[in-house]
Amino acid sequence: MTSTWITTRAWLLMLPLLIVMVAIIGWPLVDTVRLSFTDAKLVGTEGSFVGLDNYVKILSGSNFQRTLITTFWFAVLSVSAEMVIGVLAALLLNQQFYGRSVLRALMIMPWALPTVVNATLWRLIYNPEYGALNAMLMQFGLIDAYRSWLGEPGTALASLIVADCWKNFPLVALIALAALQAVPRDITAASMVDGAGAWSRFRFVIMPYLAGPLMVALVLRTIEAFKVFDIIWVMTRGGPANSTRTLSILVYQEAFSFQRAGSGASLALIVTLLVTVLAVAYAALIRKSAGVS
Amino acid sequence: MERRSLTASVLVHLAALLLLVVILAPVVWLFIMSISSTPDLIAKPLHWWPDTVDLSRYGVLLSSVANSAGEAFVASLFNSIKVAGMATVAALIVAVPSAWAVSRTPSVGWSLYAVIATYMLPPVALAVPLYMTLAWAGLLNNVFGLALVYLTILAPFTTWLMKSGFDSIPREIESAATMDGARLDQILRLITLPLAAPVMATAALFAFLLAWDEFFYALLFTSDQRAKTLTVAIADLAGGRVSDYGLIATAGVLAALPPLIVGLFMQRALIAGLTSGGVKG
Repeated sequence: MTSTWITTRAWLLMLPLLIVMVAIIGWPLVDTVRLSFTDAKLVGTEGSFVGLDNYVKILSGSNFQRTLITTFWFAVLSVSAEMVIGVLAALLLNQQFYGRSVLRALMIMPWALPTVVNATLWRLIYNPEYGALNAMLMQFGLIDAYRSWLGEPGTALASLIVADCWKNFPLVALIALAALQAVPRDITAASMVDGAGAWSRFRFVIMPYLAGPLMVALVLRTIEAFKVFDIIWVMTRGGPANSTRTLSILVYQEAFSFQRAGSGASLALIVTLLVTVLAVAYAALIRKSAGVS
Repeated sequence: MERRSLTASVLVHLAALLLLVVILAPVVWLFIMSISSTPDLIAKPLHWWPDTVDLSRYGVLLSSVANSAGEAFVASLFNSIKVAGMATVAALIVAVPSAWAVSRTPSVGWSLYAVIATYMLPPVALAVPLYMTLAWAGLLNNVFGLALVYLTILAPFTTWLMKSGFDSIPREIESAATMDGARLDQILRLITLPLAAPVMATAALFAFLLAWDEFFYALLFTSDQRAKTLTVAIADLAGGRVSDYGLIATAGVLAALPPLIVGLFMQRALIAGLTSGGVKG
């Protein structure tokens, strides 16, 4: 068999996938770019070419800037909390204690719970009148009146972050645990013989094994957090007073609630650009961590 | 292994207990809400355990009496099964041949990265044209239309999983069969695909759950019982005028059961997939 034939054969086998990808991803993406230069409505008018108008309006508008900041804080706070708690949980799960295998197995539960169910569950927990959080804090005497956790701009975003973190830190923990289990026993034993303390053992012996997988988890989680829609839509719809409105929610409102397909498309492309920057960083990190290990 | 002092051991057990409570409490509370009577749920101070166990809501949601909450729920349950099922089958049909091709022909490997890259795309980047096209084709509020859209997520995902699956099957087995005079279709049908069956099953399961979980496209492209999926139905319940919190919780428990069961039983395959996929790209 010639290598030309093998390559041709590979392309033929990939043809169905490529056709599907071009039809439902490639073409829509190109069409989004076209729409972003028009004032098209979602239904009805085709719209006409308006050049960079949509982009100029979005980038100079206060809505976009505020939403970008909200998204940034959501991503940074939830992802960093997930990483820290995840690694701590993994270090714990790598110790010996009774019921360890059961606890390890249960760690999958928050991750397996559908995002919408998780959002609904936390919405019930935060319920201002009958929620479990209010009831519990009251019974412990930590608050003296029920609060509307999702109804006040001051606490809504933080409450969302807690709910998101609860669902996602176990995944980080499981990835970190898998990496910890790859640390050779004799290395940790040797470092102890050499008199390394707990911190320097973590920093210099264990951390090199964790760094690669954690970097990957970090970037993947950051990309996910930047795209966040489901949990926020179900819990607050971006409110109160737009205090939890992230970029994807803003695109939804612009393109579908207000039916402005044109400026919705330009906004979507700006979001895509931000995510692409993160994804490129991801690819670079993968290459680096592949080179190291 | 390190020999721990008694204090350290106690601390480790306390920390483990804390982690257990953090992980379990919200899920257990969802279940308790689903079996508590409404007076128990709105009592102050809150009853953490119901006076009487009330399973009636499961009956309500799973009944098919016309115009009941159950009818809408059961319809969305079937829509979810249909959409996720069709999307999974379609994704495997396009993913398996291409994953094998990429695995055995490194020179076309770059195309796989292009496919995986699309997995990072935010759904909002495609949503507007997809909406317009579905409207034009009369496929809005239609399970086939939604299944087609789900291919945007499932096709790259299954290709990626299947590729690492084929990578782990030694190509020497295939070369040996070629030398014995087997044709490519025979090799694939009799040797490679049977060996890849476990990976394929795992990929199918995860693809199904991914579709089961999907909310954004379903929210945009469905509007009533003919196509609304479970996630949209639950979001409607949570955001609507339903005052029976137990009913919302029950819907949540029912929707969460399939992925929870799969998660608990398939844990090993799942973690292996996550870590190997995550590191190798």
